[in-house]
Amino acid sequence: MPSLILRRFGFAAFTIGFVSIVMFAAVEALPGNVCTSFLQRFAQGPRLERCIEQQGLDRSALARYGDWVAGAAQGDFGYSLKKRKPINELIWERFRNTALLGGLAALLAIPFAIFLGIAAGVRRDRPLDLSLSGAAMLAMTVPEFVTATALIYVFAISLQWFPAVTIVSPGAGFLQMLPNIVLPVIVLSAVLIAHIMRMMRASVIDVMASDYVQMARLKGVPERQIIWKHVVPNAMIPALNVIALTIAWLLAGVVVVEKVFNYPGLGTLMIQAIYDRDLPMVQAIALIFSVIYVGVNLLADLTALALDPRLRRKGH
Amino acid sequence: MLKLLATIASKPSGALGLGLTLFHLALAVLAPWIAPFDPTAQNADAILLAPNATHLMGTDTLGRDVFSRVVHGGRLAIAVTFTAAVIATLWGGFAGIFFGTVGGRVDEYSMRIVDAFLSMPWLLFLLLIISIGGAGPLTIIPNLGFFYGVAVLRVVRGAAMQVSARDFVTAAKARGEALWPILTREMFPNLSDILLVEGAMRWSWMLLAFSSLSFLGFGATPPTPDWGLMVAQERGLLSTAPWGVFWPCVALSSLIIGINLLADAVGKALGLDRATAVAV
Repeated sequence: MPSLILRRFGFAAFTIGFVSIVMFAAVEALPGNVCTSFLQRFAQGPRLERCIEQQGLDRSALARYGDWVAGAAQGDFGYSLKKRKPINELIWERFRNTALLGGLAALLAIPFAIFLGIAAGVRRDRPLDLSLSGAAMLAMTVPEFVTATALIYVFAISLQWFPAVTIVSPGAGFLQMLPNIVLPVIVLSAVLIAHIMRMMRASVIDVMASDYVQMARLKGVPERQIIWKHVVPNAMIPALNVIALTIAWLLAGVVVVEKVFNYPGLGTLMIQAIYDRDLPMVQAIALIFSVIYVGVNLLADLTALALDPRLRRKGH
Repeated sequence: MLKLLATIASKPSGALGLGLTLFHLALAVLAPWIAPFDPTAQNADAILLAPNATHLMGTDTLGRDVFSRVVHGGRLAIAVTFTAAVIATLWGGFAGIFFGTVGGRVDEYSMRIVDAFLSMPWLLFLLLIISIGGAGPLTIIPNLGFFYGVAVLRVVRGAAMQVSARDFVTAAKARGEALWPILTREMFPNLSDILLVEGAMRWSWMLLAFSSLSFLGFGATPPTPDWGLMVAQERGLLSTAPWGVFWPCVALSSLIIGINLLADAVGKALGLDRATAVAV
């Protein structure tokens, strides 16, 4: 058991290392370097020299990679070219805002989706299931910026319940942020709910057809008890994996949704950094998102390990 | 093929998917003949007109005919994502069949790397590449093709492992057949259904990804008529001129829904249940 947990941690560490190398190498592979890409036609003379010195580009790629990773591990992501400040000073408030948005969306969506998935799976192919599955298909396929635009049109422009775009500063308090966060959270949760619900439904249907559920029925166990005692716990395990995968989507979807609502999070900061060709900033945010993602996957793996004794046997 | 189409069209969702997809493909091909105006022609005398008899869907901030732009708006997105979907299915499918057939150490170590790729948020990585290599289709096609191919690889490899355990493959191995004929003659024909459905499904997710990139300003470049870009450009006038945003949204969503329904119906018609598959 401890060795299994260690292996999961090992794989997470391997993945983060791998991702950081790929990200670093991608920037190394560009024609020119971080400074010429940022300064464009002004990349000459003292400006270029100052930039090269500030970014430490005169050292070998290996030394810079080592510094980057070691710095990032301690929360130091280097220097933003555009904002001319240390990156960690710029991202902290943004990180908090994105965590608030993503966290709320996940917190609302996951239990709700699991419940809906059970309801749909138990009533397979009946009106409730068909309408829920249809709604899930819509939520999954309609792009987030389309859903967001529709919500803005109805709730911000016609009804004027919520602001259409965020105009408070990144450092605003929770209560100030709250009205701005409602619509983005709805957009994000809709997609999360759709994915998790579909998986939970499929998983419930699978378990309902298993021998032990048949057996429980034959023994005369009440249907309610069969569902909550036998079906739901077993159906949860495969759904966990999907929850982790949808969190991955959440991290990417957050970028789009933040941009639509002009929400002051890491996503809008990253998009702005791409417009500005501020590569150290882009790298830093991409790395932070990747670490969160790997962390969520690790958590899902460990929870599955805790829930499912079969996974703890040898050979897995 | 005809039989398959008939099975798909026999269910309402399949018929809707097939209809929407064919409709959009026809629209994209025939766009120059359908559109009454040049989609990029600006007209200073006809700015932000509400829908009327000349401009069926109104005009945008630069006086361009929204109907003509909507009709043209899927061409780039469909071309880019279809190419990328073909690339993803080909390389992911081939690699998946290969690893699923050979198994052993090669397979085990390669899957570690595949898992590592699957556990990075690829859209963010794509954004990183865009900030280096610049936006546009030439950056996006190979990247979409590569990243979605990794997901195809994972699915196809799982299916290939099951096929390679079956008797006719064992028999071919026992006959001393070389790897290549086994891959192409024994494995591929038994996995082509999965490849088809995987490819179609990935295509619909790629459309979603590409239009999101266009919306963010990294896909199509102005003045190209593109649905995602149109929404981004006209969004500021949502309260006074919603037609500039509404129609591109409808067109884009109906195409993605159509392909998705079609892929689902093809899967069901071929006896593959995709209920448990996830978008990655």
